[in-house]
Amino acid sequence: MTAPSHFYTSRHSFQRRTEGTIVWAFRLATYVILLCGVFVIGNICLKGLPTVTGSFRSLKQFPYVTNTFLFEAPESLYIFKHEGVKREMGDTEYRAFREAETARATAEGRPVPEFKAQSYVYAAGGIWPCIVGTVLLVVGAMTIALLLGVASAIFLSEYARDSAFVRFIRLAILNLAGVPSIVFGLFGFAMFVLYFDWNVSLMSGWFTLAFMVLPVVITASEEALKAVPKGFREGSLALGATKWQTIRKNVLPFALPGILTSSILGIARVAGETAPIMFTAAYVVRDKLPWEVAKFGDFFFQGVMALPYHIYVVSSKIPQNAYTQRVQYGTAFVFLGLVALIAGSSILLRNKLRGRYQW
Amino acid sequence: MENSSPTSAAPSRTLATPPRVARKDDTVPSPTLIDVKGLDFYYGAKQALFDINIAIPDRRVTAFIGPSGCGKSTLLRCLNRMNDLIDGTAVKRGEIKIRDIDIYGPAVDPIELRKRVGMVFQKSNPFPKSIYENIIYGLRIQGVKSKTKLDEVVEKSLRGAALWDEVKDRLHESGLGLSGGQQQRLCIARTIAVEPEVILMDEPCSALDPIATAKVEELIHELKKQFTIIIVTHSMQQAARCSDRTAFFYMGKLIEFDETHNIFMNPKNAQTEAYVSGRFG
Ligand SMILES: Nc1ncnc2c1ncn2[C@@H]1O[C@H](COP(=O)(O)OP(=O)(O)OP(=O)(O)O)[C@@H](O)[C@H]1O
Ligand SMILES: [Mg+2]
Repeated sequence: MTAPSHFYTSRHSFQRRTEGTIVWAFRLATYVILLCGVFVIGNICLKGLPTVTGSFRSLKQFPYVTNTFLFEAPESLYIFKHEGVKREMGDTEYRAFREAETARATAEGRPVPEFKAQSYVYAAGGIWPCIVGTVLLVVGAMTIALLLGVASAIFLSEYARDSAFVRFIRLAILNLAGVPSIVFGLFGFAMFVLYFDWNVSLMSGWFTLAFMVLPVVITASEEALKAVPKGFREGSLALGATKWQTIRKNVLPFALPGILTSSILGIARVAGETAPIMFTAAYVVRDKLPWEVAKFGDFFFQGVMALPYHIYVVSSKIPQNAYTQRVQYGTAFVFLGLVALIAGSSILLRNKLRGRYQW
Repeated sequence: MENSSPTSAAPSRTLATPPRVARKDDTVPSPTLIDVKGLDFYYGAKQALFDINIAIPDRRVTAFIGPSGCGKSTLLRCLNRMNDLIDGTAVKRGEIKIRDIDIYGPAVDPIELRKRVGMVFQKSNPFPKSIYENIIYGLRIQGVKSKTKLDEVVEKSLRGAALWDEVKDRLHESGLGLSGGQQQRLCIARTIAVEPEVILMDEPCSALDPIATAKVEELIHELKKQFTIIIVTHSMQQAARCSDRTAFFYMGKLIEFDETHNIFMNPKNAQTEAYVSGRFG
């Protein structure tokens, strides 16, 4: 018995098979990407998490508990055998231990013990200065980028009349977005570090990073401004508002959530790029924390440690082994977490603004 | 879409709704407030208005009618210089005088002009703020801070726009929560809050249902005691119902301008007659 034939009887089985295959190919591509993502993130979390969780230590005074990996400066790791026991210690601890042991031996009249240690740079201690440095770099660079970028987006989309010159500026901005970050690094080095004589400093880093994300911020801000309905502008102007009053009261507030949304992508870039800061702002190691400056003005002209550069340093400059891997993955893990945290809080802020300024 | 286009209206000379018989005082000639003389207007190289001459009377309702693209909105937007905001627009010839002041003259600030010549748009555009904030927007811009003054203006404007009773209990809720008709009346209230002399309305009812339209029309009736109103409309009935004088435009030219009942009952021009009787447009 054959199936009853009617208008909608399926006929083009070849077309339908192609359809099915194509959908599967697309689906597969998506799954492969997902798999890669899960693998990378999973790997970092799996190997990095123990570094953080394994570093809790109790304290005598107030917070009573601390995390040496998160809240201490990096140190060299010393591995040695003492009285038959294999020990691993950070720099400070090792020195204290050595002195104490030497003193004990002298007091007991034994010969001074010999210490033969293997050392690994940055494999002990934590990454507190890098976290601080990265947060400072992100906050400063994004502030500069938003101020400059939103101002120029307002000029381009609200004030400038459509001319060849304006089109040229837009093109230039788009091209800027394609410039590799190392080029921005070299530009910042030549311009801010050498020509302005700011040295390797927060200021140089801020401006270099800000210039790097400016194209994103400008393009995004222009889009967000364009998305504000024309009626808001016309309605305001028809009531006798000036252009700036209109923009400030009736356009910019409604564009802000959109501007923030795309700036979040900028945050990840600013936090993550190593190339622009390696010549302009980042130190391999620095003992002092940024707020430990003699006078306020010095704050802006000091270099800092930064997470992405620290990852680069610990991964490339020292021999790889089980001791260094702990720091490498730990740093990468904290880095991901920090970016997620900053982006997350911007998303919260964005959502709050969106709730207030919705139309 | 307009709720009644000329083609869907009764095609005969007798319109579905007969023109409102003008009240006595409306027929008393009123002095000219806006005097447009020999106006040529261009969008870039394209001429949109050709030699427009029209004298709009004070405190009357003037309707602009005509087929789509004939330049009604363009002329309306010339009157408060909203066209200045579009690139490449220019008044190449002629002048527009309001109370004998040439509004395109060198000493005229369009910002000041727009405070006196308000505008209500086709698509109601309440700002996404509270009803209260919507009304006082214009005053805030002018720097008025006094709470008592603002409260007073809000009540007065909302009453003036026949909206007070409907919204008095929710002044601080968003203006977007209102119905379409209420939103349009909110926009009218916002406009009258800055006490203009002229109110320009560009198809204010085209997005409204008949009941909301009736309310706005009623409101226009009230408003003309205080304000000079110019209304662009695609609805013949609306022009007939609420205007004192009607101007018919075609292809950027003013074809005929007369008392409304003359335009509808006794047009002098054949094109006008064809348009108002629904034979083209
Ligand atoms: N921004 C603009 N740039 C260029 N040309 C325009 C612009 N706005 C309107 N025009 C042109 O000017 C002419 C008049 O347009 P206008 O908007 O005044 O017509 P209208 O009578 O209001 O029509 P409608 O009833 O459809 O609103 C049209 O030919 C239109 O194409
Ligand atoms: Mg129009």
